[in-house]
Amino acid sequence: MGLDFTVIPKYLDIVLLGGLWTIGITVAAALLSFFGGILFAVIALYAPAMIRWPFKVVEFVFMGTPLLLQLFLIYFGLVQIGVDLPAFVAGVIGLGLHFAVYNSELIQTAILSVDKGQMEAARTVGLSRSQALRKVVVPQAVRAVIPPIGNNMIALLKDSALVSVIGVSELTLSAQRAIGATYRPFEFYLLAAAFYYVINLCMEWVQRRIERRISLSR
Amino acid sequence: MSDNPEFVQIRHAQKSFGKLEVLKDISLNVARGQIVAIIGPSGSGKSTLLRAINDLDPLTGGEVWLDGTQVNKSLPHRQYEKHINAMRQDIGMVFQHFNLFPHLTARENVTMAPKLLKGLSDREADALAEEQLDKVGMLERIDYYPSQLSGGQKQRVAIARALAMKPKLMLFDEATSALDPELVDEVNQVMKKLAEEHITMIIVTHEMDFAAAVCDRVLFMDQGVVVEEGPPWVIFRNPKKERTRAFLRKHLENAP
Ligand SMILES: Nc1ncnc2c1ncn2[C@@H]1O[C@H](COP(=O)(O)OP(=O)(O)O)[C@@H](O)[C@H]1O
Ligand SMILES: [Mg+2]
Repeated sequence: MGLDFTVIPKYLDIVLLGGLWTIGITVAAALLSFFGGILFAVIALYAPAMIRWPFKVVEFVFMGTPLLLQLFLIYFGLVQIGVDLPAFVAGVIGLGLHFAVYNSELIQTAILSVDKGQMEAARTVGLSRSQALRKVVVPQAVRAVIPPIGNNMIALLKDSALVSVIGVSELTLSAQRAIGATYRPFEFYLLAAAFYYVINLCMEWVQRRIERRISLSR
Repeated sequence: MSDNPEFVQIRHAQKSFGKLEVLKDISLNVARGQIVAIIGPSGSGKSTLLRAINDLDPLTGGEVWLDGTQVNKSLPHRQYEKHINAMRQDIGMVFQHFNLFPHLTARENVTMAPKLLKGLSDREADALAEEQLDKVGMLERIDYYPSQLSGGQKQRVAIARALAMKPKLMLFDEATSALDPELVDEVNQVMKKLAEEHITMIIVTHEMDFAAAVCDRVLFMDQGVVVEEGPPWVIFRNPKKERTRAFLRKHLENAP
């Protein structure tokens, strides 16, 4: 039984739809991880201990345990305490928070390395500490870590395949369904791989555009 | 001009960093519209004194007053934050290293605080930015980012940013020390212009010629005390203290 790519057109729509779900979940989780990362970073650095410590625990859970387990916990575990999330939402939350923690690490380091003259200049014109953080320090910190955050987002795209285990019909699961119907794993896994590659290229293109846009303002 | 000879008052300022006493009982009055230069060797406490005026480096003893209000008055933390943020709007500061916000254009550097703190509309803010940047000769570069500007241009934008809050007092901490020599003059010209507008200024500088030409009074500081003060023609031509003479011998062409 050699390779036969002629089976692909018949199931292309399934895989394509899976690709759209992957894009949807990646974009939503990426946004959550970006803004969540900023929030976590600010909390980790500036919040009073009472708020900081619970976040440290959350951070530890999301950094120190497998993403797969986190997805199970959010999707299957939370039901027990009455939180019944749709699979897509659970997947976005799991992926988003997982990578928010990694982004937060990057942003914290970047915040601490913003020149302290920036905070002083902002305070000098009358801004409060939180205004200065919001308008001056954090925007600069985030700009400084756009490239590594971009790498995290590529990792997020790849890890989005994991949400197939909670039943989101994303790209990997869709490919498996097509394989189930055709017994053609090589062809459809290859097709899925090609899709991931294209999405990957698009993300890199977006990242380059953002970097070019902010290059003057660094 | 001296309708209010105690416009700025520093009373018995004392400042220690741990065991190091950096300011030792300094008192100083500046009249409204007056321009005071502070000179002295490096490490003598000039920056610390300036930074105490807007409470960037809080004093460990003594008081600072501006226009009848105590800047460093003792209040509960929250109230103090409110109070000091309001006071700082009245005290412009210009730093040696400019500290422009690199992620904002010249226009945005100038308008950020007025928009945020005074609720200016976009149109009002733009008019303000144009007015202030025009004053410092930077109108043509209004939409440039700091990374696209020379040091002298950056410093002029930084001055416009401070002026945009319409401060009662301007503080300059070695505003030209970080500049290439050929860029010093453009910044000095701007400061001269402000002097002509009788903006109250306290200027820490190592440029004796500039201090002599622009300032009404010169303070010579050394090791945390004001050694000698007076009008420039006295301090530069005829200082009484030996420490002042020794300092000027190093920094003036034709020292007394
Ligand atoms: N944040 C600080 N912590 C500890 N020592 C400081 C600090 N800032 C300044 N100093 C010390 O205070 C003294 C006066 O510094 P400064 O006011 O910067 O002097 P100047 O501006 O006249 O050169 C110096 O000995 C300096 O090392
Ligand atoms: Mg200094």
